[in-house]
Amino acid sequence: MSLARRIIPCLDTDGERVVKGVNFVALRDAGDPVTLARRYNAEGADELVVLDIAASRDRRPTFLETIRKVAAELAIPLTAGGGIRTLDDARAVVRAGADKITVNTAAVLRPELISELSEEFGSQAVVLTIDAKWDGDRWRVMTTGGRVSTELNAVFWAEKGAELGAGEILLTSVDRDGTQSGFDVALTAAISKNILVPVIASGGARWPQHFAEIFCQGAADAALAASIFHDEIQSIRSLKEFLADQKIQVRLPC
Amino acid sequence: MNISLLDYGAGNLPSVERALQRLGAQTERVSTSAGVAKAAALILPGVGHFGALLRALDRDGLRESLIAAIERGVPFLGICLGLQALFENSQEAPDLQGLEILSGSVRVLNGAVKLPHMGWDQLQAKAGSGLLEGIDSAAYFYFAHSYAVPYRAEDQALETRATCSYGGEFVAVTETENIFAVQFHPEKSGAAGQHVLENFLRIAS
Repeated sequence: MSLARRIIPCLDTDGERVVKGVNFVALRDAGDPVTLARRYNAEGADELVVLDIAASRDRRPTFLETIRKVAAELAIPLTAGGGIRTLDDARAVVRAGADKITVNTAAVLRPELISELSEEFGSQAVVLTIDAKWDGDRWRVMTTGGRVSTELNAVFWAEKGAELGAGEILLTSVDRDGTQSGFDVALTAAISKNILVPVIASGGARWPQHFAEIFCQGAADAALAASIFHDEIQSIRSLKEFLADQKIQVRLPC
Repeated sequence: MNISLLDYGAGNLPSVERALQRLGAQTERVSTSAGVAKAAALILPGVGHFGALLRALDRDGLRESLIAAIERGVPFLGICLGLQALFENSQEAPDLQGLEILSGSVRVLNGAVKLPHMGWDQLQAKAGSGLLEGIDSAAYFYFAHSYAVPYRAEDQALETRATCSYGGEFVAVTETENIFAVQFHPEKSGAAGQHVLENFLRIAS
């Protein structure tokens, strides 16, 4: 008996619609967030993540409304983020119904934001999202939706983030995102084995075997995917049955 | 059934409220001693820091009224920090006293485990439980915490109905007379969690 590995669908939203890109670009419409949230809640998703990838200030009220509607459908935890820069931004998202908030670019620019959030909401509510890209000899942290390269080493940044009070790392491989060629096992293992907070692996999922790999070899505590769930290429229920057959502990609906 | 939710600013209050409303319960937020004194059934939700909860209770003068309501026999459900608050004290805020209704101390989870204890875990039944009645013993519940009450068989065996093991065995479900508390989040634990809340509503009515 131990902690189950989690399967987490992710809704990237632009205001009131879910969108999906390949390698962080080429966005297309992928559905209504409320309908998808309801489906995932019923199918046995362990959590849901909603990221506002438009994240422009004028779309903010729409995003908060989306969180409110999505939260109303869920009996599982909800993480929300995208464009959170201040405590006030985070408070608005929590008040709208999110259980956890995730920060990315703003935390790179001002790491103390992680501590401020952790002091206010507790570290279990603070998820540091890291977009990492391989750069020949290390994984570089990318910001601004994977478009801007920084000097930060992703392995060290994850460590620093956990020290500052992040209770979880949402780790996306920019190289794998949207490619459906499998999670980045080396990246995830390098970070997960180096820190003492849970790591959610993201980017590249297609087949159930990819999930088995990222849990067994990548040491991921949770795995996140978007389009394969949205497009009904993979059902969460059958994915979990596959993992249970592989002796990987997952929560199957009783 | 009217359920009063103690509102001191806990982040998970709205989700507890939504989960109860889904089950057809009437809910009301209370934030004053007078509100607590009138409650027919009370829920103390909680997530975050032990010190923040106890300080908020003291700031709003709720500590005494809460203890009085519990002693009067008002059905009470503590969730997560709401469970921890019932005990004597916590390593998370050593200078503060808990409500001291149950015996035991809150300690940081230790051992070679990642913290927070975040995600879905199973319980080990210790004794018959009203909250867990009719729920599959293999069911998973959602936990999100770094502190817990280490289980002590010598003096907690009576009220501890289930434990969970992660960095040591800790109290996951405790029940005695009108006092009920869970370390996990029933409001976030899918169908099994809804069932726990449903059982509390039945017990409370």
